[in-house]
Amino acid sequence: MAEREWDRSLEGAAQASEEERPRGRAGLRLRYTLPAAIFLALAIGLALGLTRDPGKIPSALIDKPVPEFSLPPVEGREQGLTSDDLRNGEVSLVNVFASWCGPCRIEHPLLMRLAEEGVVPIYGINYKDRPEDARRWLDQMGDPYTRTGADLDGRVGIEWGVYGVPETFVVDRTGRIRYKHIGILTPEGLEETILPLIERLRS
Amino acid sequence: MVRAALITLFLVLGVGAGRADAVEERLADPALEARALEISRSLRCLVCQNQSIADSNADLAQDLRRLVRERVAAGEANEQVIAFMVERYGDFVLLKPPVKPKTYALWFGPAVVFLLGAGALVFYLRRAPARPGREEAPLSEAERRRIEALLHDDGGSS
Repeated sequence: MAEREWDRSLEGAAQASEEERPRGRAGLRLRYTLPAAIFLALAIGLALGLTRDPGKIPSALIDKPVPEFSLPPVEGREQGLTSDDLRNGEVSLVNVFASWCGPCRIEHPLLMRLAEEGVVPIYGINYKDRPEDARRWLDQMGDPYTRTGADLDGRVGIEWGVYGVPETFVVDRTGRIRYKHIGILTPEGLEETILPLIERLRS
Repeated sequence: MVRAALITLFLVLGVGAGRADAVEERLADPALEARALEISRSLRCLVCQNQSIADSNADLAQDLRRLVRERVAAGEANEQVIAFMVERYGDFVLLKPPVKPKTYALWFGPAVVFLLGAGALVFYLRRAPARPGREEAPLSEAERRRIEALLHDDGGSS
């Protein structure tokens, strides 16, 4: 007997909250979906951020004229490299390399192919290298460079914002830096970004 | 307890005094050297990224330290030397990001998110108080009698 009365009181309580529920339902949905939506937005934003490489620091020199410099030739060659060479009305690549740099070895065949196919003139900045080592490296591996400058103390590299080797810059006809490729030059990097950019700069 | 705290404090402070440069690198003039060190401590080593160029052993850090010392010795102000670096390497070379529109999200984001969260919490708590007003079905006669019986039983026993 007592149990039935307990049941009834529970029913009463349930009925009371039923009446309030229609009003609360819309608010309930917002209360749960809004934080979930904010969380989702934040999670997506942060996840995308995680896919970016913090080692690839964007260049501060994009769209700026190449720094003024004049480098002597690498040992065994006669022509050095100056900023004037990069303002001669042609789109060019400037590749920072060194004989002590392992990854430079990896990208070298690609540079050789570019040079052989005559796609675009490639100028080399030999960064903090010993003269004999640089000469031996170019003699043995092949020289893809139209001109090479020997940056013995790395100061010219600092002017270019170089912080690692290899790095490759795209310079337009007026001598402005338009793009910096950090790390090993890859076929994808060439096909997806650099070659199209060179096309655009030439048109 | 105090001793342990002091020891910890000094150890922690000592960490900031780390330097990667050799004595030969340092400038003769202590005032200039102090400025050069101060500048170097504020510049990021881009190779190691979480160290300043004062602390890093990387080649580039050494080159940049030398450059900082040269420019300080040549009479440049701290801001000029720093501007020189930022021109070439961008804002990321500063260990403390500058406060500009691009970095507002970085500087103010956490505070804004906190305020939004706290605000939402306050709003939520205000709107849905612990339901004191929930109507409970009044006790029926039988239930009231039962409760009285129970209460008196408690008082009665022992």
